[in-house]
Amino acid sequence: MSENTTPVSDFATDFDHTDPAWVKDPYPIWDELRERCPVAHTERYGGAWLPTRHADVSAIAHDTEHFTSRTVVMGNGRPGDDALPAPIGVAPPITSDPPFHAQARRLMQPAFAPKQIDLLEPFTRELCARLLDPFVGKDAIDAGEDYAEHIPTLVIAKMLGFPEEDEELFREFVHVILEGIDAPMEERIEAFAPIEEYFTARIEEHMANPQDDLTSYLLNAELGGQPLEPQHIFGTMVLLIVAGIDTTWSAIGSSIWHLAQHPEEVARLKADPALLPVAIEEFLRAYAPVTMARLVKEDVDFNGCPMKVDDWILLSFPSANRDPEFFEDADKVIIDRAVNRHAAFGLGIHRCLGSNLARMEMRVALEEFLARFDTFSLADPDAVTWSQGQVRGPRHLPIALG
Amino acid sequence: MKVTIDSEKCQGHGRCFSLAPTLFDSDDLGQGVVIGDGTVPPDLEDAARLAEQNCPEYAITITE
Repeated sequence: MSENTTPVSDFATDFDHTDPAWVKDPYPIWDELRERCPVAHTERYGGAWLPTRHADVSAIAHDTEHFTSRTVVMGNGRPGDDALPAPIGVAPPITSDPPFHAQARRLMQPAFAPKQIDLLEPFTRELCARLLDPFVGKDAIDAGEDYAEHIPTLVIAKMLGFPEEDEELFREFVHVILEGIDAPMEERIEAFAPIEEYFTARIEEHMANPQDDLTSYLLNAELGGQPLEPQHIFGTMVLLIVAGIDTTWSAIGSSIWHLAQHPEEVARLKADPALLPVAIEEFLRAYAPVTMARLVKEDVDFNGCPMKVDDWILLSFPSANRDPEFFEDADKVIIDRAVNRHAAFGLGIHRCLGSNLARMEMRVALEEFLARFDTFSLADPDAVTWSQGQVRGPRHLPIALG
Repeated sequence: MKVTIDSEKCQGHGRCFSLAPTLFDSDDLGQGVVIGDGTVPPDLEDAARLAEQNCPEYAITITE
């Protein structure tokens, strides 16, 4: 929360997703709003709405007529002309609207289809082994800083053909883009300059020396017989780095955080490895990391809420996933939940492009972690820290081993 | 029993081909497709129902 803002008095009329109470534990806040609201409002960020029920989140996610994706990260103030206009947006295809969206998405889909993602599994498994082996026989690991944060970072770096040594930079970029949302605009623009510089350098390298990676793929790609606009290439690369890193890092971290408090579930997963993919879907439901934003495209009455053009919508898939009207025992984590129509990867046309990659990374990361450590627990529950902003997950996650 | 996927509704969540890989597959874009004509052998009826019940987009239909 920025220094200039006051603490939230009532989340129904004054919500702020960077409020310390929300960052620490948002679930009771959403549960209460779902009961008594269920679409909260705030004057902060230039004016924003927060649907909390699955039905409302789903309705807005599917309604591209009244809600635009041209920016998906809620920032200070109404974006107005600062945001590139629809349909392309700053980071296609996530910031694109129909009909351009379908073309930009189709271009990227083959690289993230299951059969392509399967090819990355051996690399991911070796990476997990490389990260964990030094901790075998030790009594502690920070499952966030020593493990989860490196996995998606290095996998997406490999996919883009970026050097592994730069991984610290990638996390810094993500931090600037996703967590620095309450910094003043001049500071944000200044912080963005090194990102632009870094990507430009990688693009130039790949133009000189094409590789078998996503960067060269984008440079060679065509839409309607024309090469992609430089802004499109740059925007998609930024998207892949941002969307590919702290999302899955958060999902792996939250899963380990949960398991560290449930030794009986660890034992069960070790005895029955086939249960892990089912458990992963439940971790995705219960601890869905990603909240998206939309902008109201034209004035609309949404279930009695007078939404005005350019109002923000904070589209909480995590809250939809905890809606008791949609899920039985929504507040309980049930690792063998058979029916689980969760929305962790979004709903509608913007379903997470990398969902197959995320699931593979989660499965391999948890398999390798479980294979090495028989028992583990939170070393100090109060020492766990959580990220701020639209992606939620543990960052500092001290785990006691054995 | 027969399964079909409404390709207009499918967004490629991939739950069907993960839960029932003998009934569903993914195409080159990662969208769900029905294998063959969608006829479900009796021993896979539960798997078909599970796939239908887990699709976030309600894109799968079962006809008895």
